[in-house]
Amino acid sequence: MAEMKTQVPILQVKHLSKSFGNHRVLQDIDFATNRQDVICIIGASGSGKSTMLRCINRLEIPTSGEILFNGRNILTSQFNLHTYRAHVGMVFQSFNLFHNMTVLGNCMVGARKVLKKGQEEAYTLAIKYLEKVGMAPYIHAKPAQLSGGQQQRVAIARALVMEPDVLLFDEPTSALDPQMVGEVLEVMRDLAKEGLTMIIVTHEMAFAKDVSTRVIFMDQGIIAEEGTPEMIFDNPQNPRTQEFLSRFIRN
Amino acid sequence: MNAPVTFMDWVVFLLKKYGTYFLQGCETTLILALIGTFFGCIIGLLVGVLRTIPKPGRDKNIFIKALYKILQFLLLAYIEIFRGTPMMVQAMVLFYGSMQLFNINMTPLFAGFFVVSVNTGAYMAETVRGGIESVDKGQTEAAEAIGMTHWQTMTSVILPQTFRNILPQIGNNLIINIKDTSVLNVISVTELYFNGKSAAGVYYRYFETYFIISVFYFIMTFICARLLRWIEHKIDGSDYYQLADPMNDPSGTLPDKKKTKGVMRAWLR
Repeated sequence: MAEMKTQVPILQVKHLSKSFGNHRVLQDIDFATNRQDVICIIGASGSGKSTMLRCINRLEIPTSGEILFNGRNILTSQFNLHTYRAHVGMVFQSFNLFHNMTVLGNCMVGARKVLKKGQEEAYTLAIKYLEKVGMAPYIHAKPAQLSGGQQQRVAIARALVMEPDVLLFDEPTSALDPQMVGEVLEVMRDLAKEGLTMIIVTHEMAFAKDVSTRVIFMDQGIIAEEGTPEMIFDNPQNPRTQEFLSRFIRN
Repeated sequence: MNAPVTFMDWVVFLLKKYGTYFLQGCETTLILALIGTFFGCIIGLLVGVLRTIPKPGRDKNIFIKALYKILQFLLLAYIEIFRGTPMMVQAMVLFYGSMQLFNINMTPLFAGFFVVSVNTGAYMAETVRGGIESVDKGQTEAAEAIGMTHWQTMTSVILPQTFRNILPQIGNNLIINIKDTSVLNVISVTELYFNGKSAAGVYYRYFETYFIISVFYFIMTFICARLLRWIEHKIDGSDYYQLADPMNDPSGTLPDKKKTKGVMRAWLR
């Protein structure tokens, strides 16, 4: 752990705040992500989890604060946003697969257009990661022809094709039927084992406890508690955390 | 040949006498409608895309903000003026106005192409704008999240979906244009209605002549409607998909390079 501390965090969020008009969604968020971290962000709906995640790849523009990627602030205007986003993947709650493309097209388009790879190379990459999520046989299918779980696995493959340094998950299983949640979590579990750096906003507490290296509990736009999964789930200090978790256990 | 007496006699008589003349009219009508709709779509696409450019943020300088305002004003003025006046009147104003004011002597057919294109463009601009705005915001976010530029997002993701969504409306416009080019008879474009009117006047057989003309119009619109449905079907592709085994059998799974170009590529894949 000592040598982990000395390295520059791959992603560092400093004093991040975000307001929509007069409504403060995020207040003074501070946390760091090291390589191979799996950070799960938990908290009630409306606590700012998703907004925070969307700030990290600038789908939302923070009101103030800094986000450092390998030590460089991504919020300055000189920063090349498109290159940065290619390094930071995102998986959405509603999958957002491109409806006008097949599964293969969805996985190749980023490699072709953004990474400027050749047809053959992009194809090989797409197949490699579709194989990993178990969706390679479906390359000719259109997104609308797949189940939610299948779509989400393709969306994960689409993000992996970019070979990102960090992968962000915004409630990846919240839009899925219960029987499909398992297949997506299984894929994510494998990725965590392989050492991919991930930040996951989730309501799957068992999963969070299992795979994460660190858990962040957010409440009303601030980080109320942060620690190892054991600390947060077995011995939460903040009364808000205790209340939130006890509600989950009751359910 | 005996003089025609009944309705059917007259129809046959007029068809024999003016059949080719009517067909020539059909040809002009179709060419006007097709080319007018085509250029109208291109104008509409351009204007529609420009209309969806987001308002420049507060940090942009005053020059960009002013440019944006002027552009949006001009585009809106174009749409409102050409949607808000009859195509027949536009044809008259353009044809006689260009002659009187600028001494440009354009052929009626050219004026016809111009008026139909610009008119269709005004309607299509709003259709395209609606089409772009109706594509789920998540599509844009997903494209941006993998690092695509605004231009790449537009050409690979948004516009192909927009195009598919507005295809029925493009078909509508084509059919409307086939019928509405008839108003161009006021500037003596020799399209179907104009030819019909000329033929009707010779024997004073208005009912029979316009009956024939209406059948011709219907045949043209009906065939176009069928063709457009067929194109929609082609774009949608198969209802089924074949499972593949790309690890063991890589043949035939790469998209065909020859038929995949530009925007086309995105929906053929």
